[in-house]
Amino acid sequence: MPYRIEVGLKPGLFDARGERSKKQILRAFPALDKNIAVRCIDVYTVDGEDLDNAWISDAFCDPVIQDIALNAPFTREFAWYIEVGYKPGVTDNVGRSASYALHLITSRHYPVYSGRAYLLSGNLSRDQAEKIAADCLANSLIQDVRVLGPHEILGVRPHIPVVSLNHVPAVHEVSLDLDDQGLIKLSREKTLALNLEEMKTIASFIADPEVRRIRAQMGLGEKLTDVELESLAQTWSEHCKHKIFNAEIDYQENGKRERISSLFKTYIQGATRDIRASAGEKDICVSVFTDNAGVIRFTDDHHLVFKVETHNSPSALDPYGGALTGIVGVNRDPFGTGIGAKLIFNTDVFCFADPAYAKALPPKILHPVRIFEGVREGVEHGGNKSGIPTVNGCIVFDDRYLGKPLVYCGTAGIMPVQVAGVPSHIKDIRPGDLIVMSGGRIGKDGIHGATFSSEEFHEESPTSAVQIGDPITQKKLTDFLLRARDLGLYRAITDNGAGGLSSSVGEMSQLSGGCLIELDKPPLKYPGLDPWEILLSEAQERMTLAIAPENIDAFLDLSAQMDVESTVIGSFTDSGYFQCTYERKTVAYLPLEFLHNGVPRMHLFAGWEPKIEPDPLTPVPEDQNAKLLEMLSRLNICSKEYVVRQYDHEVQGGSIIKPLVGRYADGPSDAAVVRPILGLSKGVVVSNGIVPRYSDIDTYHMTACALDEALRNYVCVGGDPDHWACLDNFCWCDPVRSERNPDGEHKLAQLVRANKALYDYAVAFSCPLISGKDSMKNDYIGPGIKISIPPTILISVIGTIPEVKKALTMDFKSAGHLVYLLGATRHELGGSEYFASCGIIGSSVPKVDAETARARYRNLHKAICGSLVASAHDLSDGGLAVALAESAFSGNLGVEIDLKEVACEPGMNDTEVLYSESQSRILVSVSPERAQEFDSIFAGDARRIGRVIPEQRLIIRSLDNGRLIDRDLASLKRSWKAPLDF
Amino acid sequence: MAQIKALVITGFGTNCEMEMSYACSRAGALSDVVHISDVLNGSTRLADYHFLNLPGGFLDGDDLGSAQVESVRLKYARIQTSGRTLFEEIRDFIDRGMIILGVCNGFQALVKSGLLPGNPVGKRRVSLSFNDSAKFEDRWVRLAVDPQSPCIFTRGLDRIFLPVRHGEGKFVCDSDATLGEIRNSRLAVLKYADDSYMPTMDYPANPNGSIDAIAGICDPSGRIFGLMPHPEAFNHPTNHPAWTRLKELPEKGEGMVIFENAVEFLKGII
Repeated sequence: MPYRIEVGLKPGLFDARGERSKKQILRAFPALDKNIAVRCIDVYTVDGEDLDNAWISDAFCDPVIQDIALNAPFTREFAWYIEVGYKPGVTDNVGRSASYALHLITSRHYPVYSGRAYLLSGNLSRDQAEKIAADCLANSLIQDVRVLGPHEILGVRPHIPVVSLNHVPAVHEVSLDLDDQGLIKLSREKTLALNLEEMKTIASFIADPEVRRIRAQMGLGEKLTDVELESLAQTWSEHCKHKIFNAEIDYQENGKRERISSLFKTYIQGATRDIRASAGEKDICVSVFTDNAGVIRFTDDHHLVFKVETHNSPSALDPYGGALTGIVGVNRDPFGTGIGAKLIFNTDVFCFADPAYAKALPPKILHPVRIFEGVREGVEHGGNKSGIPTVNGCIVFDDRYLGKPLVYCGTAGIMPVQVAGVPSHIKDIRPGDLIVMSGGRIGKDGIHGATFSSEEFHEESPTSAVQIGDPITQKKLTDFLLRARDLGLYRAITDNGAGGLSSSVGEMSQLSGGCLIELDKPPLKYPGLDPWEILLSEAQERMTLAIAPENIDAFLDLSAQMDVESTVIGSFTDSGYFQCTYERKTVAYLPLEFLHNGVPRMHLFAGWEPKIEPDPLTPVPEDQNAKLLEMLSRLNICSKEYVVRQYDHEVQGGSIIKPLVGRYADGPSDAAVVRPILGLSKGVVVSNGIVPRYSDIDTYHMTACALDEALRNYVCVGGDPDHWACLDNFCWCDPVRSERNPDGEHKLAQLVRANKALYDYAVAFSCPLISGKDSMKNDYIGPGIKISIPPTILISVIGTIPEVKKALTMDFKSAGHLVYLLGATRHELGGSEYFASCGIIGSSVPKVDAETARARYRNLHKAICGSLVASAHDLSDGGLAVALAESAFSGNLGVEIDLKEVACEPGMNDTEVLYSESQSRILVSVSPERAQEFDSIFAGDARRIGRVIPEQRLIIRSLDNGRLIDRDLASLKRSWKAPLDF
Repeated sequence: MAQIKALVITGFGTNCEMEMSYACSRAGALSDVVHISDVLNGSTRLADYHFLNLPGGFLDGDDLGSAQVESVRLKYARIQTSGRTLFEEIRDFIDRGMIILGVCNGFQALVKSGLLPGNPVGKRRVSLSFNDSAKFEDRWVRLAVDPQSPCIFTRGLDRIFLPVRHGEGKFVCDSDATLGEIRNSRLAVLKYADDSYMPTMDYPANPNGSIDAIAGICDPSGRIFGLMPHPEAFNHPTNHPAWTRLKELPEKGEGMVIFENAVEFLKGII
């Protein structure tokens, strides 16, 4: 008889979780009676017998604050009891810990399933309770819900979501002897995400008599096995092969034609190649584009490793699990680079629709506030529980992210230049090395993630693509593997992400020249998985290693001691083949060459028609004070403190510039600085740039502005502009023209232009691209509706600051300091937040002048190193007016500004000077004693526009010397903090 | 002079071990970071150390409540070589007159295993529950130090400024009697305080709603100290959240005093 255990707070104690749930419910259902009450209790089901009650109490109950009920209702004082538990096979971290606790006590294994019950009181109907459960408390994709009344709770059966597949694993052959339609149908039905040409390439491969002859020798038939077809589909997926970035593209612009052979090679790799060549000995790149993350120099003894990824599609289905998996997943990229890096910080950037979205939602789309809260919490748990500080990020709002939210997660690591006598950034695998899988077990989680994310999101999107990360299993794994690394116990490491083993072993096998995977060896969460599922499962927290046979015993011993499961699942070979066996029979035998290089190259068309139409007249607000308050309350400008505070940004003890800064530690930091090696005065700087609004005008300038934003954020905190590198993360809407996607050529042209800008500006700024990622199908297709995201690029910059004590924050420091604006203000309001606030897009998108910007950034760095600068803040969304307000209220000091002193284009009016988003501008304050020295560095590029004052007011004089804005800081700050004060 | 040896336990979700060890070393101790599995297999012995550090983190994910599974581990898991429990080893360590510092998750482990307030040793009488906000929060707090407390870690201090980073830090007692005893024995070493360093119940200065604004307690001997704020995270002046506003940068982070006091105390007894 299983035990049903309920644990709740003792009477009289404040139920904080219940109160928070109530707040969430009332936010989702504003019409509900405010007097409802919500109580939260934990529910566990232990599948087993003969447990001592004292053991159960020791494991599950804190006797100081909690009461426990065993096989009886905890209470019957409620109107509705909403129990939420996981569906079979969904990762249940709490259940896993509970089972572990019982194991510590009894040395026996008891499966435990966790759940949570929300006890609702008040005037609520069953319908209302069920709606609350569905819209607020549970995600029916991964969770089961029961809504029970006070008498229904009596004799309620325990919820035991055990997986019983009742399936005898088998390998099936798949016939590709089909006509075109049949091939397309097969691809769609099996979520292969392969196009007709790719399907035909595979069909002709298997039809080749020579191929058949070799297969016959291995005991394989004349058809491909499902193991082989699925391996090919995932290896050839857009997600893994970046087919669009490697396609041959015919690009047409203003009647001019151009053929581009691979965007990636031409522009991204090309930029880095050219920058490295001209840098010569000053080249900071160590390993670029070849591994899971980019590697640059830090000191003589250490390298920095950095990677940013997206996890958009899973986050659309299950925001919590998707985002959690996103962050712990990207952790494994620097961790799986070379022979492994210690992780030093995370950065996160999210793109959501308005959390107050009030229109009807298309099918299968979750409300933006659920996406927001789920993603926020997923990243909170993933980052905080892993002990990696979340030091920087931002949130962008646009209702076109309703169909797919963007969840960018990034992680940096640090690795010694050499470990146990070998260079740490190189993977070395030899034939005969054993393939070992360490960490979690394999289940059906995330099967087809790689191919699923290579399609648009639609009503029938597979739900098996959802995984939930487990940061503690991963923490144990990383603790163990760093120790094994330092002992020299393995030769190479890589992570299991998209495509699972087929991808990790498939890629590693290129280094030795082949592999043999025994698919009956990997440990499974439950029986009944087919061999192809074992190969493709994206179950989390797993690393794949190459281990020399002489080290295997020591490796496995240490693994067992540190409570990590490691299994030998095969060996690397030099056969030239990707071979898998199951029960000693060969079930896959594919030439590596075909697997990795057999995918036919796409040939695509792109056409660009520039919009040439002047901006509309800039609307002038009647009340500039009120307009500024409104601007500060815009979602893209307002405070994100609610999210930032819930992320641990100081663990590891090296935090220098935090995400929240200023007098009351609530100002918006431009970038972060950390000291990854305590005791060393050299720091690491990280920043981000993202401006998707400008894509509505021209993705060329959008990309230039994103890079410039990241770089100017970086220099504002003191980052060295001669030791920087960046990552590009493209999130696009489908750029391949088809019947369902008639404007594909335009979207591809947008992609081409973005790449051209990336090349032009990375080279101009001498900022090498070291790694990146693309996610190309961020569209939603529902009945009669298609939602495409605006083309979005995130640029993440990493670099160094030579002396952390020189680092700088954005808040004004002292009354009497002089305020300078670096850079020119032009009539560039196209795509601006100001225009957006007036319902206008316009066309005057900001353009970056890289040459003057780079000189400015170097001068600023020189001034910062000379301790001449008191504060520096970048101008971005909302331009000068917003930057002034932020620096003022963050420093708790007023400012008086004269717009006449701003270096601006002739003909601009006050409003345009206030809200123009011209790039490369920085607001700086300088103590009067340092002004002369400061001026001499900038030689005219720095214009003194006002001074910091002791009064708590923002005062801006107009171009004709009138009082344009005069407002107290408290009200400015209140407006800025109000929107996301959840 | 004898070398002070600090042991920093890590593993299974602990994550502040490096900065804790750094603070111990900077304070003059020889510090080892040791995975708990090395203690359980007998290769590391508490008997070889003077200063036991239980750092912050999320042991076992805090999945059954903060440090709940850790309290089970201390009580039930046995050391392979000796067959004794970790709890028994720690008791011996305490009986030898040595000192223990538990920060955040380490503090939670100390109260949940009954090592704090430690009268009687092993009985859980206080706990750390969900913050009233039900949120994990990272923010800096002012702390008033009770100069009358027996705590050896806070000697010479009357205030300290440190970060908290937790979701379960609300100090609660099982009874008024326990709270009375904590008050009478001056065990409430640290209290969340307002701008003028007076104890406060007001959020966010008191970030979690702790009773009596208690942020950290010691045992009656003053040698076992647990606190929610992170002294090891203020190991350098640039950790201060507004250090760029300070006219003069102090020489070191305020949190270092806790570790220096620990080493100083041990120097006097070994």
